[in-house]
Amino acid sequence: MTLRRVKEALLGYALLVPALAIFGVFTFYPFVYNLSLAAHQTAPYPGYPSPYVGYHQFTSVITSSAFLDSLRSTAIFVVIAVPVGIIAGLALAVFANQKLRGTAVFQIIFSSTAITSIAVAGVIFFTILSPSNGLMQWLGINTSPGINESPSWAIYAVAGVQAWQFMGFAFIIMIAGLQSLPEEVIEAARIDGASSWRVFWRVIVPLMSPTIFFAVVIGTITALQSFGAINILIGYQNVAFTHTNVLINYIFDEIYYSRNFGVAASLAIALFLITLAVTVAQFRVLERRVHYGS
Amino acid sequence: MAAEHGAPPAAPDAASAVGVATASSEQAESARRAKRRRRRRGAVWSYVGLVVGAIIVLFPIYVLVVDSLLTPSQLISNPPQFFPKNPQWSNYSDAFTQYNWGLYMRNSFIQTSIIVVAQLVTSILAAYSFVFLRFPLRRTLFVVVLATVMIPFEVTVTANYNIVRDLGWQGNFLGLTVPFLATGFGIFLMRQAFLQIPRELREAAVIDGYGPMAFLWRIALPLTRPVIAALAVFSFLGAWNQYLWPSLLADNNQSIRTIQVGLSTIGGSSATAAIALAGAVISLVPLAILLLFFRKNLIRSLTAGAVK
Repeated sequence: MTLRRVKEALLGYALLVPALAIFGVFTFYPFVYNLSLAAHQTAPYPGYPSPYVGYHQFTSVITSSAFLDSLRSTAIFVVIAVPVGIIAGLALAVFANQKLRGTAVFQIIFSSTAITSIAVAGVIFFTILSPSNGLMQWLGINTSPGINESPSWAIYAVAGVQAWQFMGFAFIIMIAGLQSLPEEVIEAARIDGASSWRVFWRVIVPLMSPTIFFAVVIGTITALQSFGAINILIGYQNVAFTHTNVLINYIFDEIYYSRNFGVAASLAIALFLITLAVTVAQFRVLERRVHYGS
Repeated sequence: MAAEHGAPPAAPDAASAVGVATASSEQAESARRAKRRRRRRGAVWSYVGLVVGAIIVLFPIYVLVVDSLLTPSQLISNPPQFFPKNPQWSNYSDAFTQYNWGLYMRNSFIQTSIIVVAQLVTSILAAYSFVFLRFPLRRTLFVVVLATVMIPFEVTVTANYNIVRDLGWQGNFLGLTVPFLATGFGIFLMRQAFLQIPRELREAAVIDGYGPMAFLWRIALPLTRPVIAALAVFSFLGAWNQYLWPSLLADNNQSIRTIQVGLSTIGGSSATAAIALAGAVISLVPLAILLLFFRKNLIRSLTAGAVK
């Protein structure tokens, strides 16, 4: 009996080894290693010493003007992309959830941006927004340089691309949420004579609040990590570069171009803390207003 | 809150007016007609909404497909071409012959296959262990797994870059894939699925002489096939669309460059823009197949946790 117990426990650990080994080496160890990287100044050339500077590198990074600019861009990016994507996704879901002929086709169409990679979205909008492309001229929008090269507009362009891409995912979770709503309740409100608009705001939105809440949290985390659109739409040479340098982009540049791992690691700590804070705040603020039903 | 005043209303007037039969039926008829009219008007507005939504979603994709078939001069013509007059299929073959699209496609398939298969294996084994086996520290280890979800890869990317470089994996598929071979989300999803399997089934299997692995193969896996499919589709989508990590590792290294990174290497000038678009269309084909044939599985994985 005890031998069987021991055997079962050994098998239990053995089955966990592959996953835990990967997590250990590529999640937990790097998390600690990142702290150490942030505490050392990166040598200007390989072979030179990397002196220990403690938290001073982190504090000087997060008080630098480049970081504050980056923070501002990140905030604009998230605050536009997430609500626009969610509102569009919810609107599409409300329309596509009706018992009408052809909605199945619309559901596939509306889901399609969820599978489109952010890099592909970047390539598409690079073409559409390009001032040399006939489309912008035809629309009478004469932008030269293009929107993605305008220091004041580029961040809105990339946020729009992110919103378009996130809309498909938002649609998928919204329509799943709508389909799980108790139909009698909505039907009853209709029979009571409530207008569609009223039913939407007074019945559907409160009932959908857990799903909307989930979409806000996931959307924010995704947006904070979204890199492809900015990398493709805004090149390193672009004059708008410093105006669209969201945190994840900043981290990439410090690794890829500057090879300054100390700064990159400090930025990564900031990204972690921001992600954590935003998530906790969203849970605190939104949970209170979320209606989970009985 | 709002749900509370949704109590069933009193019976409609028409039905309660028992005495005047003709009047009530007329009344009912007109009420029904009004309702039908309202519904028809509602349907028209719904279709307007659906079509407007479809335009917002599809217009960029439409432009992508049309522009991928244009010549450089057609691409910049004003008014723009909304229908390719003589489609330049050569843009597609150019992507393969001049921009190594075959190699990138192959690399993406290798990278994605490794990640999908490994994530399924590690998730199934770990979830099985957590649900069906008893051992010390089981709960603690599960919390450790959940904690990985709180540390996004972007946070550890700097350190991982150094680790992979020190391992000498920078230029090969090990570096591209090994950090992603296990996923906390996958373990969680499979655990939820295994928890649905009734205890009695497990006990009956033990009485029938099934060992733990036989139970996994013959009973647990077949019963959870839809969830496994959902996880596979989810992993595929995530791996195929990865951009940050492959850009860091494979940007200057053609031999492991994936198709997403390849996208950033064409384009830029209007001479090559159409070829970049053709490349983007090619990269979407596997995902379009995923959406059309595995939509249910995709939706199941994307909504895991969203809806109570």
